[in-house]
Amino acid sequence: MKFVKIDKKEWAAGLDRLSAAYRLFGPVKEGNFHEFKALDAQERPDMAYVNTRRSPKALIYPQSEKMFEFSLDQTRADHHILREAGKDYTARAVIGIRPCDADAFRLVQKNFDTPEYRDPYWVQAYEATTLVGLGCSSPCSTCFCTTAGSGPFHEAGLDLLLADEGSGYLVKVLSPKGEALVQAAGWSDATAAEAAERRLQDLRGEAEARIVSRVPTAKLKDQKTNHLFDAPFWQEVAFSCINCGTCTYVCPTCWCFDLQDEVSGKDGIRYRNWDSCMFPLFTHHGSGHNPRSQKTQRVRQRFMHKLKYFVDKYDNGIQCVGCGRCIRLCPVNIDIRRVCNLMNHFDATACAIPAA
Amino acid sequence: MRNPYLPYPVRIDEIITETEDRNLKTFKFVFLDPDDEGRFAYRAGQFAELSIPGKGEIPIGIASSPTEKGFVKFTVNKVGLVSSFLHNMKVGDIMGVRGPLGNSYPWDVLEGKNVVIIGGGFAFTTLRASIVYMLEPANRPKFKDIHVIYGARNPGMLLYGQELAAWEMRDDIHMHITVDGTDDPNWKYNTGFVPTITEQKAPPADPDTYAIICGPPIMIKFTQPVLDKLGYGHDQIIMSLEMRMKCGIGICGRCNIGKDFVCKDGPVFTLAQLNNMPKEY
Repeated sequence: MKFVKIDKKEWAAGLDRLSAAYRLFGPVKEGNFHEFKALDAQERPDMAYVNTRRSPKALIYPQSEKMFEFSLDQTRADHHILREAGKDYTARAVIGIRPCDADAFRLVQKNFDTPEYRDPYWVQAYEATTLVGLGCSSPCSTCFCTTAGSGPFHEAGLDLLLADEGSGYLVKVLSPKGEALVQAAGWSDATAAEAAERRLQDLRGEAEARIVSRVPTAKLKDQKTNHLFDAPFWQEVAFSCINCGTCTYVCPTCWCFDLQDEVSGKDGIRYRNWDSCMFPLFTHHGSGHNPRSQKTQRVRQRFMHKLKYFVDKYDNGIQCVGCGRCIRLCPVNIDIRRVCNLMNHFDATACAIPAA
Repeated sequence: MRNPYLPYPVRIDEIITETEDRNLKTFKFVFLDPDDEGRFAYRAGQFAELSIPGKGEIPIGIASSPTEKGFVKFTVNKVGLVSSFLHNMKVGDIMGVRGPLGNSYPWDVLEGKNVVIIGGGFAFTTLRASIVYMLEPANRPKFKDIHVIYGARNPGMLLYGQELAAWEMRDDIHMHITVDGTDDPNWKYNTGFVPTITEQKAPPADPDTYAIICGPPIMIKFTQPVLDKLGYGHDQIIMSLEMRMKCGIGICGRCNIGKDFVCKDGPVFTLAQLNNMPKEY
């Protein structure tokens, strides 16, 4: 692997050169919080941020996205026929994404990019994007990435990994996309790979040691789905939930969506909007029947999906990267680490009523 | 990359009011681009999203058989926003059809077998497709005995009345039509609920006999014990499920039962499969 060094004095000039070839996105402070935004000319990402409130998933998968346009005007030859909405899939780069958030795209990819169907919007946006990661040297108390299959210097899903060394960044080039971006920025100060890798390992080790929050997942796969589904703890887990949907909204790996048409006059648009398994309408049949009419059923669905169904379907760990947003932002303090613990250690036989 | 969300444009070619309560209508669609018919190659038991620009999409079982060429047919119950709007549309109107979607009845397994079709109410649409498919002269030798047990509340609520009458006349299909009740003195078929008629008329269990059940939950609930009593194995009981859907291709996340999506991994499951899935449908 190739490494380069960027003197922070060269940082801004490099970003300016990049903005000629890429649309740039990065963390910026808005009010009291950081959010990922498109960077205006001369605007710099705040590389001192800890984490954003919302995950950067919207950069690939917008909360609301035009899919098709159509006309209901009968005088038009193509009336009532859907047309592809115009899209901008020119090259874009996300500067300063955390490794957990970048890794989340790889989990979400399993849903949107399948052997049978490829979601054209997600796939094209993801392919157009170069992810410039920023290693995490001071994690939050709610971070549990190291036991959720990711980590503060996790490389999978990134094109470049930056480690902040005070006066500059040590950069590991992880993909051809990353190589192209380094060249476009003019960051050409190559450094000896072996020493750089050792330095990165040291930083990784120090950062991982700071993450003390853990989830146990080893036994999830061998648990029986129906045992977990019928486990007695769901009522208690869901008791305080107000079904606000914040957890699904801020989560980097929640992907559920709704399709909706909007019409103004004779012109219409078919949109895709984020949806949430926390909402009763999500599964409400036209007949009035609803298989998840109760909030306990909906809370169970969210955790079973992330911690059991996904595990069984893809055999690739849990559908969570340990970013901790849902823990920090849940208004009633529901904690996925605790639920994961309950599910992992559940013993159906211990709860069974002994035969008479 | 073909966009799986883009429907094929179709024109409404014919609208048939199926039931006396006018709540069920059959829509026959013709593809605006004749080549789309080939792209829409389907199997009996699959469904499609009927797409009405400005209103949205609804997942509906395909009622025509792949052996019927030049059109696709859907029988739609008037329930919500899209289906109510569709019921008010006219012959000649343009809309979209997106699919085919889902698995189908397991035709590779069913070949060479006795097939017992058990349907109730308006859930007879993909069963109609299956019957027409099996009765096609080229296909009929591939199947052994075919039994059909089909019931509705009363004679006026039975779908596809003329076809039912025509099938009654044939000797290569055993029809057991029933109604919950009727005051029609000329009613010449069965009277009684589907589970009762199943107990009386269904052939005995046999390793070569498969049942396909499609109907309202209450019918399924009481028919399944009857099949158990008759000795049908749970691998030989095949069911088609319904669920609220949007994408129809296993991506939007709402129609799961456990790790399986009804839209993509179903809608057809064996009872043996359903026994191992959470009871959340």
